[in-house]
Amino acid sequence: MMNAVILVKHLTKDFKEVKAVNDLSFTVEAGQVYGFLGQNGAGKSTTIRMLLTLIKPTSGDIEIFGLNLLKHRKEILRQVGAIIERPDLYKYLTALENLRIFGAMSGVKISEKKLMEELEMVGLATRAHSKVKTYSQGMKQRLGIAIALVHDPKLIILDEPTNGLDPQGIADIRNLILQLSRERNKTLLISSHLLSEMELIADSMIIIDKGKKVVEGKVNELFDPAETLVELKTMDDTATFEKLQQSGLQKLIRGKRNDCILLKLHRNEIPGVMKELVQMNIDVVSFHSRHSLEDYFLSLTTGHPHVEIITN
Amino acid sequence: MWKLLRIELFKIFKRPRTYIAFGAIAAVVLLFQIGMKFDGKTYLDLVLNNVSDSFEVTDEFKSKLLNGYFICFAILNILLIQMPLLVALIAGDSIAGEANMGTLRLSLTKPVSRTQYMLVKFMASIIYTLLLLIWLAILALFGSMFIFGTNSLVIFRSEVIEQMNSYDVLWRYVAAFGYAAVALTTVSALAFLLSVFAENSIGPIIATMSIVIVLTILSEFNIPLYDNTVKPYLFTTHMVAWKGFFYVQADADNKTIDGTIQNLPAILRSLGILVIYIVGFVGSAIWIFKKKDILT
Repeated sequence: MMNAVILVKHLTKDFKEVKAVNDLSFTVEAGQVYGFLGQNGAGKSTTIRMLLTLIKPTSGDIEIFGLNLLKHRKEILRQVGAIIERPDLYKYLTALENLRIFGAMSGVKISEKKLMEELEMVGLATRAHSKVKTYSQGMKQRLGIAIALVHDPKLIILDEPTNGLDPQGIADIRNLILQLSRERNKTLLISSHLLSEMELIADSMIIIDKGKKVVEGKVNELFDPAETLVELKTMDDTATFEKLQQSGLQKLIRGKRNDCILLKLHRNEIPGVMKELVQMNIDVVSFHSRHSLEDYFLSLTTGHPHVEIITN
Repeated sequence: MWKLLRIELFKIFKRPRTYIAFGAIAAVVLLFQIGMKFDGKTYLDLVLNNVSDSFEVTDEFKSKLLNGYFICFAILNILLIQMPLLVALIAGDSIAGEANMGTLRLSLTKPVSRTQYMLVKFMASIIYTLLLLIWLAILALFGSMFIFGTNSLVIFRSEVIEQMNSYDVLWRYVAAFGYAAVALTTVSALAFLLSVFAENSIGPIIATMSIVIVLTILSEFNIPLYDNTVKPYLFTTHMVAWKGFFYVQADADNKTIDGTIQNLPAILRSLGILVIYIVGFVGSAIWIFKKKDILT
């Protein structure tokens, strides 16, 4: 039996007439990387702010480490590190001064050596004495993560941690999250709109829409990562579409979108399909496998079917 | 609490804008002192013009008049009206500035209660106010004493001339600066309260100054209707009560009695009203902030 680090029960937040979060319940277990997914305005940030006591819930309960959040706020927050949206810092101070300030506010005595180690971990040690106003967005993001980690919290909450990062920066953050989870046994709750990233790092996830839970569960149980939707683009898509309908590949066709023909197939089937397309003398321009989690997410949050079927 | 206060002061004194107020005070004081050093006699002629019909003003009297204590009193008269703006620069920025930078939400995810956070912020703005006044005292009082020397302090009220012996002046300045600290803390508390509602510091600073200006004008109105109904309750009416420390009692021969104050109960009453305002403003700020959702 796993321990619940975060237990959210029937959480609701009303802003006047707008229900930002609506009867939301979920559980984050110890040691998990928990993905918190939803489109913009779905209620992710509001929920995270309630988890960090920045916003008071209209109703519902939050327990963290088995304690009621509002009754044991200080005790709980001592063991929580967070970034909310973008890491806004004191721009007129250096990275080390920012880290020292927020470290001291965390209620834990932190040595200068530890501060430098944290900056080293996020690759900012050589810029420790530079003012934050000279930092790029990616560097600020990494400093924000160092601040979230400096007091060695058990629970780390990261709201859109890869926002504004370049591909290398995103990969660095992904590796850091995996390292924190696997090597330091931290529990992480991460909200992100980069669903492909979430698939790579999350153990479990919740998808919310209009403040309500759409689905929650283990990532590998929620969708089959081997099943994929392929966008096939050829020199003459109308002719190809007709040929495919008369071939053995007809069962794979899911319709057309823009200039592409959509095929749904298992990844093991891809080499065989490619061979058949060659044998059928179809001039393939591109064969793009769409991300299945992204597709799944869109189907849940926009109401579109999992695979869009459009007939000519 | 002390650790948080140290952090807050560190943040305040690391910002270049903090030193604007210190620079502004230094500029005003030095310009006034230079002017008085080279053209003090003309200034005195202007001041004495109103009273020369009632009193015989000799050149010897004039030269005695132009001393460090007198210069400091003149500077305080000018600066204590402008200083609320300088105080509001920091207090108005205390919460709104953090909201604007986005650091408020990160700070409030730390294990610090909101009440504690607010108290530390306010204490830091009080310390800033005290340091401004100490800086003013160093330049205006001690600087003027050094440049112009000391002698009896003579000040002119509408129909009265107050004269204090040299040895009876310094403690009055200590009391006046202490009172000014409370008066400016009241402005600071108002700016602090307004800061809770804003997400950039310009709003609370301008709003504070607007309120202080409007209420000061109201305090100066000589309309009987307002005298007993409004003016006694305005904090601006009581902010200038520091001057009371320089109004001395006189004996039957109309000679001043050393170590006396004409109306100490009035000063204490004014002080009490300012303290009530401070508690009211800060209490309201904390109460509102505790209930506030942080959406920035």
